[in-house]
Amino acid sequence: MMLMKYIDEYRDRDLIMKLAGRITASARHDYIFMEVCGGHTAAIHRFGIPALLPENIRLISGPGCPVCVTGTDFIDKTVAYSEMDDVIIATFGDLIRVPGSSSSLEKQKASGADIRIVFSALDALGIARTEKEKKVIFPGIGFETTAPGTAVTIRQALHERIENFFVLSAHKVMPPAMEAIVKEGTSINGFICPGHVAAVTGSSIFRFLPEKYGLGCVVTGFEPTDLLQAILMLIEQVNGKDPKVEIQYRRAVTAGGNPLAQKNIREVFVPSDAYWRGFGTIPASGLTPGRNYDRFDAEISMPVKVQYHEENEICICSEILRGLKNPCDCPLFADICSPENPVGACMVSGEGACSTWYRYKRER
Amino acid sequence: MCLSIPVRIISIEGNMAEVSAGGTIFRAGMQMVEDARPGDYVLLHAGFAIQKISAEEAEETLRLLREINDADEVH
Repeated sequence: MMLMKYIDEYRDRDLIMKLAGRITASARHDYIFMEVCGGHTAAIHRFGIPALLPENIRLISGPGCPVCVTGTDFIDKTVAYSEMDDVIIATFGDLIRVPGSSSSLEKQKASGADIRIVFSALDALGIARTEKEKKVIFPGIGFETTAPGTAVTIRQALHERIENFFVLSAHKVMPPAMEAIVKEGTSINGFICPGHVAAVTGSSIFRFLPEKYGLGCVVTGFEPTDLLQAILMLIEQVNGKDPKVEIQYRRAVTAGGNPLAQKNIREVFVPSDAYWRGFGTIPASGLTPGRNYDRFDAEISMPVKVQYHEENEICICSEILRGLKNPCDCPLFADICSPENPVGACMVSGEGACSTWYRYKRER
Repeated sequence: MCLSIPVRIISIEGNMAEVSAGGTIFRAGMQMVEDARPGDYVLLHAGFAIQKISAEEAEETLRLLREINDADEVH
């Protein structure tokens, strides 16, 4: 197999076992750390990290799976758009199986709606370029990692004067949700912070957590030695009573991040109040196209109204996203609810806690 | 969708690059990483390069890990 640079060297078995030994030797108290990013949740279970940790260290999943925190009303809007004759929905694949209140994009596609899976917002713009008589709607989901790509695409649409391209934005920013978790009183001793969000924003966006709440933050990569090294760094912060923002993932993250990506976000989007599954509306946690770009905002150019229905009352997705419960606490988990027949969004996305547990922890 | 992977730049034409993830070829928008050259590694996220990977920092992290490893061997 071809060597994967910047991946394989961080999967070295000896280093992994040595780090695990260090962690066990350093862990003098009980520790609960939250991995905010769904990509971290998936990596932690894929690499079997919990089995390498002593019992007094618990990792809990947070709200960093964009598909999972997107509200049912957003899915309902994409479904409503898909029912229009002149509309093409060009979406990331993750979204199409998320159940709305009465349908999903996958079901709409099966009944004839024009729904296409794209890898990038630029691909959606490409469809608009060739299908001039149709309106192409790109459901923009994702955090600070994905939002700049949507921003670049909207700027490109403006530059080329493409008038049939629209974004339905559910883009979100991470810090307000992390603050909501802390304010709610979820018991945690530190954050395993999202490495790719920080690659864009810089690690400085997390500074308020140690400064205001005394909670340590380690910005972390996605390979097993990255995760273990970060856990060790968090333990040392707790032991030394010295909460701060540290960067473990130094090959991709600096304090200042990527200024060009940040500039694109600032140029196109303005902060808006946004709905998060499990949290409700969090002020200034969303990104909506600003004044110069609002013609590309589907909600402004072609508004739809949807009847919002509550999600399944038994599904505990909303508590899992806040770190209050584990997937196995849900009566639907691995019974009625499975990746083949997901009830809640946490079971749909590959980065969702329920989907990850279903794949790796069902037997336990 | 929300995963980023380290990829090697093969070629750049205008704002788009051809990149390789262990031999699998993708296209990447380079609008946010202007100073990258063929041979450099970048993080690919939803069709865009979102950051350059620092070879020096990557080596530094490994050096630190190996130091831990060696220190523990001695004990």
